[in-house]
Amino acid sequence: MLQIKNLHASVEDKTILRGINLEVKAGEVHAIMGPNGSGKSTLASVIAGKEEYETTQGEIIFDGDDIDELAAEERAHKGIFLSFQYPVEIPGVTVTNFMKTAINETRKAKGLDEMPANEMLKLIREKSELLEIDRKFLSRSLNQGFSGGEKKRNEIFQMAMLEPKLAILDETDSGLDIDALRIVANGVNKLKSKDNAVIVITHYQRLLDYIVPDFVHVLHNGKIVKSGPKELAHELEEKGYDWIKQELV
Amino acid sequence: MDLKEKLVSSFMAFENQVDVDTYVHGIRTEAIKTFETTGFPTKKQEAWKYTSLNKILKEDYSVFPKQENNIEYRDVKKYLIHDIDTYKIIFIDGKYSSHLSETTHDGIDVCLMSAALSKPKYRLVIENYFNKAATNDSLSSLNTAFSSEGAYIHIPKNKLVNKPIQIVHFSTGNESALMLQPRNLIVVDENSHVQIIERHQSLTENAVLTNSVTEVFAKKRAVVDYYKIQNDNQKASLIDNTFIKQKQESQASVHTFTFGGNLTRNNLNFYQHGERIDSTLKGVTIIGDKQHVDHNTLVHHIEPNCESHQDYKGIYDGNATGVFNGKVIVEKLAQKTNAFQANNNILVSDKSTINTKPQLEIFADDVKCSHGCTIGQLDDDALFYMKTRGIPEKEAKALLMYAFANNVLESVKIPEIKARITKLIATKLGVNIGFNL
Repeated sequence: MLQIKNLHASVEDKTILRGINLEVKAGEVHAIMGPNGSGKSTLASVIAGKEEYETTQGEIIFDGDDIDELAAEERAHKGIFLSFQYPVEIPGVTVTNFMKTAINETRKAKGLDEMPANEMLKLIREKSELLEIDRKFLSRSLNQGFSGGEKKRNEIFQMAMLEPKLAILDETDSGLDIDALRIVANGVNKLKSKDNAVIVITHYQRLLDYIVPDFVHVLHNGKIVKSGPKELAHELEEKGYDWIKQELV
Repeated sequence: MDLKEKLVSSFMAFENQVDVDTYVHGIRTEAIKTFETTGFPTKKQEAWKYTSLNKILKEDYSVFPKQENNIEYRDVKKYLIHDIDTYKIIFIDGKYSSHLSETTHDGIDVCLMSAALSKPKYRLVIENYFNKAATNDSLSSLNTAFSSEGAYIHIPKNKLVNKPIQIVHFSTGNESALMLQPRNLIVVDENSHVQIIERHQSLTENAVLTNSVTEVFAKKRAVVDYYKIQNDNQKASLIDNTFIKQKQESQASVHTFTFGGNLTRNNLNFYQHGERIDSTLKGVTIIGDKQHVDHNTLVHHIEPNCESHQDYKGIYDGNATGVFNGKVIVEKLAQKTNAFQANNNILVSDKSTINTKPQLEIFADDVKCSHGCTIGQLDDDALFYMKTRGIPEKEAKALLMYAFANNVLESVKIPEIKARITKLIATKLGVNIGFNL
């Protein structure tokens, strides 16, 4: 589904990614871990199509197509979803209207008609129940005044609505208490299928107790320096990242 | 001959068309003298520092339309609020169109200025109110000098007017350039309530200059809601001079929606003569290309315990320029005044400009007055966020801009107006989304 080959990327002439190789197949869950500043969030933004990041070398292939030239919304239409580490507050646009617009614009891009209102309402109800989101919440301005946990739950709600092929969860666990973490993880697990894939970017192993990865990658200084099975996450939790750094030397 | 000379010399011709033996004509004669002395305003005047009329005054305007023109309802229906029942006072090239209009004398007067000026039964109202709110600045004086047609609305006390009144001026473009000077008088007596919608629309690309004066009197506990829809084509310019005199406990609001026009200048003046008065001035401006919009507001707090609320949002693209000049005067007697003013702007392009200037003159010591203006750009992080959800850039920008302007729309009391404005905003922003926020 996703193949990243020798990806180098920079922002404002500062190189952040220095040769990433990663292959994600349908049905898989990959975890990307690493210390602060290793390039985890940059990798997420580059895959999602943030314009400020420039790909200087290498390629990103999604479903067989090189997506380097595609705008963020075109990548979204192809089925790439990014759950933000810091979801942006958008005053004046309600959660419901935002989702309606997102779904209908995606359908428009695929040559489909707008989703009928009753179908949309049903979908919203179903998915908000999955994430245990109060209905009142849906008529509030997007992310405005939401707690950290509410923002993250709202991200996964959006993911549930849009049903992406590839979901990238950027530090979705940060700012969550254990109950919210369970709700979010449960949501992600219910959405998982043999046809889609998830990349979980995290600092800590605790989310991976709930969303169990098939592969764990360690990112350091813009490169994947170690990959392994889920046990690698436990090892990192016990020993910290210094162990990896020493191993590299 | 420049436009000023042309106007002054055509005053004599105008006198041949109207009854000169009246109270109003005395006022007209004074007014043309004032205009002759002062002339059109220039950028040297503080209030016109950022708006130059030079270019639009160069057109060779016809100041009296020669012939009566007709248009069919089906051709102009789209410019009217037609999904609800309304009274309509409709003009074509400055002349009243009876077949498009729906006036009334049933308990209230919704009719023509020309009728009010000529019929004895209106004499008292005319003598009490005509030109009693308008100032003698040069443009208002020019309008006063030639005042002969427009809307005349008188709501006697304790009347809740059950449908909005639309005042619409169409220009057909049968003249290559046309100057219009409509004059409206609106008197709303005690406890009465009225809603008014005003629009100017040219039907061709020929130049039009409208210099309009509207006087509104809101008596004790009257409620007046006024909506100005300014979406004319980009060859049409509008100078709107509106004067609102309020008595105690009255509430008056003016919402101005400016999307069209070449040059638009809104001189909006509120005078509070009484206690516990509420005045609301709100506006959404979305312009681009070389359009120019200037909102020049005045709220004069004269007596204690009154409020005023100003909220203007502006979105400027292309080479557009905007001006917001909001003056609030709080007299020494006007203690416990609450006066709020906000002007927020988004500059979409690098070449657009906004000049924003709040002016507060406060002579009382126990008041709450606040003002704030912001100039910003669209938030790139918000745009990226929306794009990752599949919303294309243009639609994402439109949604952000609509959300930015939305709290001005929230106070619009007529749902059909709100729906219409929402549609106009979508059209102006070039998107086809519903914004059902």
